[in-house]
Amino acid sequence: MTPLLAVDDLRKTFGGGRALFGVPAPAVRAVDGITFTLSAGETLGLVGETGSGKSTLGRLVLRLIEPSAGQVRFEGKDVTAASTAGLRALRPRMQMVFQDPYGSLDPRMTAGQIVAEPMIAHGIARTEAAERARELMSRVGLRAAMAGRYPHEFSGGQRQRIGIARAIALDPALIVLDEPVSALDVSVQAQILNLLAEIQSRAGVAYLFIAHDLAVVRHVSDRVAVMYLGRIVEMAPRDALYGAPRHPYTVSLLSAVPHADPARERAKARIRPIGEIGSAAALPSGCRFHPRCPRARIVGARGGETVQAAGAQLPRVCVQDDPCLTPADDPGHVAACHFPDEA
Amino acid sequence: MTAATFELRGLTAAVPGETGAVRLVEEVSLSVSAGETLAVVGESGSGKTVTFTSALGLLPKPGRVIEGQALYNGTDLLSLAPESLRRVRGAQIGMVFQDPLTGLNPVFRVGDQIAEVLRAHLSIGRREARERAVQLLARVQIPDPARRVHDYPHQFSGGMRQRVLIAMAIALGPRVLIADEPTTALDVTVQAQILDLLSELREEEGMAMVLITHDLGVVARQADRIAVMYSGRVVETGRVDEVFRAPRHPYTISLFRSIPDLDAPAGTMLAPIAGAPPDPQRRPSGCAFAPRCFAAREADGCMSRRPLLTDEGHAVACHRQGMLEQAA
Ligand SMILES: Nc1ncnc2c1ncn2[C@@H]1O[C@H](COP(=O)(O)OP(=O)(O)OP(=O)(O)O)[C@@H](O)[C@H]1O
Ligand SMILES: Nc1ncnc2c1ncn2[C@@H]1O[C@H](COP(=O)(O)OP(=O)(O)OP(=O)(O)O)[C@@H](O)[C@H]1O
Ligand code: SF4
Ligand code: SF4
Ligand SMILES: [Mg+2]
Ligand SMILES: [Mg+2]
Repeated sequence: MTPLLAVDDLRKTFGGGRALFGVPAPAVRAVDGITFTLSAGETLGLVGETGSGKSTLGRLVLRLIEPSAGQVRFEGKDVTAASTAGLRALRPRMQMVFQDPYGSLDPRMTAGQIVAEPMIAHGIARTEAAERARELMSRVGLRAAMAGRYPHEFSGGQRQRIGIARAIALDPALIVLDEPVSALDVSVQAQILNLLAEIQSRAGVAYLFIAHDLAVVRHVSDRVAVMYLGRIVEMAPRDALYGAPRHPYTVSLLSAVPHADPARERAKARIRPIGEIGSAAALPSGCRFHPRCPRARIVGARGGETVQAAGAQLPRVCVQDDPCLTPADDPGHVAACHFPDEA
Repeated sequence: MTAATFELRGLTAAVPGETGAVRLVEEVSLSVSAGETLAVVGESGSGKTVTFTSALGLLPKPGRVIEGQALYNGTDLLSLAPESLRRVRGAQIGMVFQDPLTGLNPVFRVGDQIAEVLRAHLSIGRREARERAVQLLARVQIPDPARRVHDYPHQFSGGMRQRVLIAMAIALGPRVLIADEPTTALDVTVQAQILDLLSELREEEGMAMVLITHDLGVVARQADRIAVMYSGRVVETGRVDEVFRAPRHPYTISLFRSIPDLDAPAGTMLAPIAGAPPDPQRRPSGCAFAPRCFAAREADGCMSRRPLLTDEGHAVACHRQGMLEQAA
């Protein structure tokens, strides 16, 4: 069976080359060789620290921005090579919901117009589109009578519902959700997460779900991919990723999440990445996590072939060789680390 | 029990509205002692920030405190002349504000901004202020502080800027540190570093700490006591372990049910709280939570009387307390 979505060695470099006021802007390798697939009706969660390239990847998948290299195939068609007309035909099948419920809706359009717009653009008659927009609004838990209101007359959670109603208007097979609940209060967040789950179980839509909250991602995902500086460093079925992470960055992410349980929180051993967030404009040599990796320091201190780097004796491979995603024993679990079996 | 370092008593702050004063926070009472962390939680708009800005005389005009006291070591800050209040605020009570953009000026060097805080309160020269700024950057674990004092804010990452703001807030050795959502905009790993730093500072300096947050995980990790706010009021307060083990206010109970848990079996449906909190201008006449409350009952006064906070260690503002526990 061919997957719904197949992403192959996708890359995006911003800037570089051209000098701005005489200072050459450093090239930012925002997405630096990403490969994965997504099946129909599946949810792939995408986590990673700020600037790791999650939003850029989401936009590349829908070709809202042009890739520097690589390929995206959707329902068997090459999205990256599609003509303008070909892309227009694909659009209704792949949609996006943005993080900011305030900035992503046109303030001069009513909620009904916002939801109807993609249908009209796709050739559905105005009256029919307006009628369906009202149906969709009640589908996402808004009253159809609210169709005449403007975005500023809605709360944050309600605006996010409008964005979702618009995204599902043309019955897409894939929705990229970029931090859809990050700006919302927990009580409202739960409403939206339940709504998304309900839409998926009824319509069989696949989600690429970008978020920085690991508990939310665990809640919604079938599989989870962890990004670090433009790469997927680990990807696995949800329970394997949360239960038996193999990449030290995933381990430190999970250990940093505070649980709403005081007794456990206080007893917990913490594993911290060293120092500050890395930059995609100055990628480290070898493994891009080596300057901050606690595991490399432990392995290096045990001896073997080491070199002096980032203020410590680190294994030579970590500093010199870029690890690629390697399968583990459990199915579908891959990690990009030279020492994935070190717990 | 030791006397509280910082205590609010019945604090009520309001802004003028179309139909009379709009009470942004009402009858807020809470306290925090040396070496202790009090977490203040509640959804957006519940009055967490306004509680502390108004207690410190920082609520923008025409907003003002119309009732209550804000006691620092027994002295009511709200009765002080503006100049004395300003001195206490800088030297005795440090605040890390919610919006990090307002905290640092982009056109001045980080070191100069810290030095300015010091020189506004102490009679020390430029050189000494600069030296102390370097020490403070080291104190908040900024690597290579002697070089970094010369940098501008944009040369710092988000986590490092937050550390600089903490350095400024502790510059004069305050006895109380109020941190408003200090880690909300940060990644989990950086958040963990900042929370560690705050714990260390609290322990080493013996400060009383108020941590405003909406993240119950952060509370579990960091705080000794918790105050839950809803629509301008404290609705539940107590020791963190007690409140987490057995929350008693229906709002707190619902809040716990609506967060995804890293340990819950996958696929569990979340139980959201239906609806949204009321606008302070249009609070219902009874309990402000009544329209969203699973336990609301007309016969108990939920729709007609405002429930007041009980007077115990683990205190709750709800008409149906005893009855809820019987039902559970
Ligand atoms: N249009 C652009 N021009 C230049 N650089 C860009 C552009 N868009 C993104 N970048 C850079 O690419 C990198 C990845 O950014 P991206 O927004 O994809 O990260 P992200 O993982 O979504 O982060 P966040 O969690 O903060 O949303 C960052 O270094 C960012 O500064
Ligand atoms: N200066 C002001 N004038 C009028 N209303 C205000 C003012 N500042 C805050 N409010 C209102 O007072 C209420 C409480 O606001 P506050 O900022 O204290 O909430 P919060 O709990 O800190 O929320 P958040 O989690 O979003 O920071 C809100 O309804 C807000 O709109
Ligand atoms: S390859 Fe080395 S540096 Fe990279 S994650 Fe693994 S142990 Fe750490
Ligand atoms: S007073 Fe009534 S409405 Fe308010 S929280 Fe208690 S039970 Fe619910
Ligand atoms: Mg993003
Ligand atoms: Mg606030």
